[in-house]
Amino acid sequence: MRVWKFGNDIDTDAIIPGRFLTIYDEKELATHAFEGTRDEFSKMAKEGDIIVAGRNFGCGSSREHAPLAIRGAGVRVIIAESFARIFYRNAINTGLLPVTSSAAKEIQDGAVISVDTAEGYIESDGKRYPIDPVPAFLLEIIRAGGLVEYARAHPEVKTCTE
Amino acid sequence: MANGMTVAEKIFSSKCGRTIRAGDVVMAGIDAAMIHDITGPLAITQFWEMGGERVFDPEKIILLFDHQIPADSIPAAKNHVMMRAFAEEQGIKNYDLREGVCHQVALEKGRVAPGDIVVGSDSHTCMYGAVGAFATGIGSTDMGFALKYGALYFRVPETIRVDAFGTFGKRVGPKDLILRMAGDIGADGATYRALEFGGSAFTSMNMAGRMTCANMAIEMGGKAGIVPPDAVTMEYLKDRGSFDPIDIAPDSDATYLEKRGYDVSDLSPQVAIPHNVDNVAPVEEVAGRKVDQVFIGSCTNGRFEDMQEAAEVLGNESFSEKLRVIIIPASRDEYLKTLRAGLIERFVEAGALVEAPCCGPCMGGAFGLLAPGEVSLSTSNRNFRGRQGSAEAEVYLCSPATAAASALYGEITDPREV
Repeated sequence: MRVWKFGNDIDTDAIIPGRFLTIYDEKELATHAFEGTRDEFSKMAKEGDIIVAGRNFGCGSSREHAPLAIRGAGVRVIIAESFARIFYRNAINTGLLPVTSSAAKEIQDGAVISVDTAEGYIESDGKRYPIDPVPAFLLEIIRAGGLVEYARAHPEVKTCTE
Repeated sequence: MANGMTVAEKIFSSKCGRTIRAGDVVMAGIDAAMIHDITGPLAITQFWEMGGERVFDPEKIILLFDHQIPADSIPAAKNHVMMRAFAEEQGIKNYDLREGVCHQVALEKGRVAPGDIVVGSDSHTCMYGAVGAFATGIGSTDMGFALKYGALYFRVPETIRVDAFGTFGKRVGPKDLILRMAGDIGADGATYRALEFGGSAFTSMNMAGRMTCANMAIEMGGKAGIVPPDAVTMEYLKDRGSFDPIDIAPDSDATYLEKRGYDVSDLSPQVAIPHNVDNVAPVEEVAGRKVDQVFIGSCTNGRFEDMQEAAEVLGNESFSEKLRVIIIPASRDEYLKTLRAGLIERFVEAGALVEAPCCGPCMGGAFGLLAPGEVSLSTSNRNFRGRQGSAEAEVYLCSPATAAASALYGEITDPREV
């Protein structure tokens, strides 16, 4: 799938500017994704495309509109050198898979790559790159199908005092 | 290896009733949860999606509108209607649009205590660390979960300890210190980490300054920014509720990932240059750059003390007519203090627009937007491309003193030279 390559410190204002935050529908949000900073993304991104970025992807605001806008554009996987903390969790919670990998440095814009999340590797230009492991407690949420499904399956949660 | 604990470890240990260390993942109960008009509607929707019927405790939920008030569009008005109905149905006190910016209101209403674990669906929730709480920003789905269960997964962070000593020079203050730190630590230097602030510059700092510093922990990627509570904290809280004493002072042999030290005595006013908060330079290096709009306000610098700082620089002068000046106290209380001190009259006389408490131009959507090519100088917390309007505009960040000095001349100006 086509790679959309981004640099370091891509913030949530770049992903979805503040003036669109009254929108919650992911398809509509997607029409404004990266508006003003990379306009061709919303016009040309296709189902299954992959974002590859540098350090600190998704820094800034806690707006969940950011992963929703990316998801709405058809992207399901973001590969980065590192993610900002809130975005990382929001991505998992909204069904977007954020993975860190050494591949993030190597892969160029427009490359065609494949990601095998089950086997844990990225394939680009005949080369395989491993995906870094996801923290165990988050795997539980991913396996449940996201936090909403996890919550539905758990009428009660056990806190650390119990 | 040292066995002592950081403030973050002490808060989680106290909450869980056993020793909790950095790196542990715990499902911890929360003491307060804050939602506002931008991220609240989706949090409520997710709460329902999760099968939520009643929130875990209506008394622990802080609900208000601050980003788009009074409603700037029909969709914003609908969000307000939806959240009003939710508050009513759940028995949650709704501050609505009356009180001001969420973080300021949460603290001044006594909704956060030292040692609390607090979440908010806004990244600057880390500001509550100013009273010694472990507070962090989360997304709407995590918030839906928190509203339902009153608990959330936390990975207890490692801590970076920052000690600052010395006395700030004339017209130099906490904002300059935290901008300098952002420049040094970097936009992701504290990702997944807590910042713990100490040293004589912090123990002698007023609550307004502590809030400014804790607020900007997220600009370094921080999960929390905590000032250990002391007499200054308790003085601030004493008329705001009854708070049980809690010992969460860090141990002298606590394990820190990193320690940093600052001497604020020789610190210059600092400015964050477009388009990154960690792109920081002393004001001398950027002085003379033309500015089209100055904004003094936000959760970062919208308190009475910030208004005083700006007014002191302004004196009896008028703001330059080459630019527009927007001043917004962060809350109704701060607005009233500013009003009663005669400063609002002074600002208006000087040519500023003084608006009712809200997020203002920092939100980048409601009003005060920038055209392509325009330059804003702002006391808020983010200068990302497009943050205050056009992606072709520029935002510089600074202290209220630097903002006021620059507003006098229409260009970035060293407040020490006014």
